[in-house]
Amino acid sequence: MSRLTVPKTYKLFIGGKFPRSESGRTYEVATADGRFLANAAQASRKDARDAVVAARAAVAGWAGATAYNRGQVLYRVAEVLDGRRAQFVDEIAAAEGVTAAVAGRQVDEAVDAWVWYAGWADKFAQVAGAGNPVAGPFFNISVPEPTGVVAIVAPQGGASLAGLVAVVAPALVAGNAVVVVADEAHPLSAVSLAEVLATSDVPGGVVNVLTGSPAEIAPWLAAHSDVNALDLAGAGKLDWVDLEIAAAETLTRVLRPEPGVPERSLDRILAFTETKTVWHTKSLL
Amino acid sequence: MKDIEITGRGFLDYAPAPESTSILNLKDSYGLFIDGEFREGSGGAFTTISPATEKPIAEIAIASEADVDAAVQAARNAYRKTWSRMPGADRGKYLFRIARLVQERARELAVAESLDNGKPITESRDTDIPLVAAWFFYYAGWADKLDYAGLGSAPRPLGVAAQVIPWNFPLLMLAWKIAPALAAGNTVVLKPAETTPLSALLFAEILQQADLPPGVVNIVTGAGETGAALVRHPDVDKVAFTGSTSVGREIARTVAGTTKRLTLELGGKAANIVFDDAPIDQAVEGIVNGIFFNQGHVCCAGSRLLVQENVHDEVVDRLKARLSTLRMGDPLDKNTDIGAINSREQLERIRRLSDIGEAEGGERWSAPCDIPQDGFWFAPTIFTGVSTSSTIAREEIFGPVLSVLTFRTPAEAIAKANNTPYGLSAGIWSDKGSKILAVADRLRAGVVWANTFNRFDPASPFGGYKESGYGREGGRHGLGAYLRSGASTEGGKR
Repeated sequence: MSRLTVPKTYKLFIGGKFPRSESGRTYEVATADGRFLANAAQASRKDARDAVVAARAAVAGWAGATAYNRGQVLYRVAEVLDGRRAQFVDEIAAAEGVTAAVAGRQVDEAVDAWVWYAGWADKFAQVAGAGNPVAGPFFNISVPEPTGVVAIVAPQGGASLAGLVAVVAPALVAGNAVVVVADEAHPLSAVSLAEVLATSDVPGGVVNVLTGSPAEIAPWLAAHSDVNALDLAGAGKLDWVDLEIAAAETLTRVLRPEPGVPERSLDRILAFTETKTVWHTKSLL
Repeated sequence: MKDIEITGRGFLDYAPAPESTSILNLKDSYGLFIDGEFREGSGGAFTTISPATEKPIAEIAIASEADVDAAVQAARNAYRKTWSRMPGADRGKYLFRIARLVQERARELAVAESLDNGKPITESRDTDIPLVAAWFFYYAGWADKLDYAGLGSAPRPLGVAAQVIPWNFPLLMLAWKIAPALAAGNTVVLKPAETTPLSALLFAEILQQADLPPGVVNIVTGAGETGAALVRHPDVDKVAFTGSTSVGREIARTVAGTTKRLTLELGGKAANIVFDDAPIDQAVEGIVNGIFFNQGHVCCAGSRLLVQENVHDEVVDRLKARLSTLRMGDPLDKNTDIGAINSREQLERIRRLSDIGEAEGGERWSAPCDIPQDGFWFAPTIFTGVSTSSTIAREEIFGPVLSVLTFRTPAEAIAKANNTPYGLSAGIWSDKGSKILAVADRLRAGVVWANTFNRFDPASPFGGYKESGYGREGGRHGLGAYLRSGASTEGGKR
């Protein structure tokens, strides 16, 4: 006689905690062939705003951590994720209707992306910064700093874990805090990734994961004046032009949609940075 | 303090020393510069005036939507047929030529700039025009070195750049826009500000002298409608704008949903933080330079003075004494420190906000100046007793008006400095290096000047955080705003 399983309740991830949606709403998540898998929380406007508040509160600590420390924390995410590889393979295979081998490759890609981005944490500023030879007796240096709170629509309808990591990890490298709306149809691996983050020394609030309808949640995030940047990677099928227009109200930085899972790139790290240039006089000896 | 209070007129009065305008050889009217030649505009004309005298300088064509379209087409053709195919070394040579021609005609350009804009000739002569030449010289050298710009191998230009610039540094803003765009291999349609088109049109003559291929740079004059037509033109690949945050917001909406790249350099409300261990004399000079340079028509102006409470009275007294020695008047007079406000509209805005400052309880003090009869003038003004919620501590005035606030601790200074939707620049005055670096780290501003203010250099990136816009001008970063990354920055799996 087979043992009766203990299914998990999939909830949101806000401020380091796992609340249900304040709206009390859930939606059914099904396998590729339509069988019931789980109920996921359907995040509301209030949840999105709570997530932005949590993210804002987390920015100073995460941005203020040393680059070496951020690198270690991001690498730790890779370690913990790799340790729970089997769980993710099962979850992805069931949800996305792919073979265990395909799901395995997706998990490998997610782990490797964390490793790749972890390594950038204490290097991107050297590559993207500059010591500037100005015509005068001044010390002059330019360094990239985190933009602040980044709201992200994760890639939809495809490789749910790899897609999520491909947009969240680069935003974290410089010290931003993130509110991400997961793949609507395949949200389970996003919630499981949140469990990895919660046990990987990522401070609470640095990553906030919302499950539910991007079409419903994204407009609130785009128009939120405490969101500094908007990554529309997975918003290609939404009315994303309206989202970009809403973002213009507070000059929120916008990355436009792109198909599939974004490539790993330094550009993605730098898209969520601001260059600060500091001048200081040198005395004339 | 008594010994430095200079209230009497007399020993610091100078005989007038006006720069001659005979070096200028202006036409009565100017057309649009499209495809390498001046042509009539089809949108009518307007008169550009000297804000110091309100006398007309020249008739300027207004570019209609059709004219803008012709300019974009000329830029597109030049991009396809000439500029994008030309070796970088040759693009660089054209930019070097332009830099040299600017240097050769520097005095003429300075006079034109002061005449049209109202800024003191000492500023246009010693700051604006030398920086214009420096900007072209700097980016000229980049044109054949794009592989080294940190954007991967063989980064590509974007195409046709639409550039809209403000009236506060007319030719300098033109240089900030055109030099990196051309070095990167783009072609340009630029719209100068309505009140200051003159130097851009003289610059068009320089382009003819440099034998720049037709269509690589096109200059369309006019007001907001011309700029809007340019920004929304479907065949534009890049939009670069410097100006107010409200217009920047509108442009961001217009560009939304397109493939156009956008950089915005918008407003500011910079904090200039003076600690009690600052060298006070230098700090006072820095405060003056920070807010009264160019009549305060500076997006990065240090318009909020945050002074540590225990030195507030001393700093304010010395500031008033220093401001009392500034000479306001004829922009072309080499003794002039404070020139004219650029337009009647801007003067009215400054007056309105200053009146609000007074109504909200700020204590107003203006330097004793003889205001000329004609033209647009506003005496250097400081408000003490300003609170963080005051309108004049929140809104950009873009004029010679300083709001003074106090703080007790570095943490309070940082909190007040960052308490604004803007984030363009900031200043720190202290003799303690470790404190400066710690404070600089925490200021949310794109440019931080420590023990100096309002310094600009083509090698130094400039641009804002938050609602002060995005993208950088100057340096390698400024070049990146006109290039698409080469392949090797992507695909980290290799």
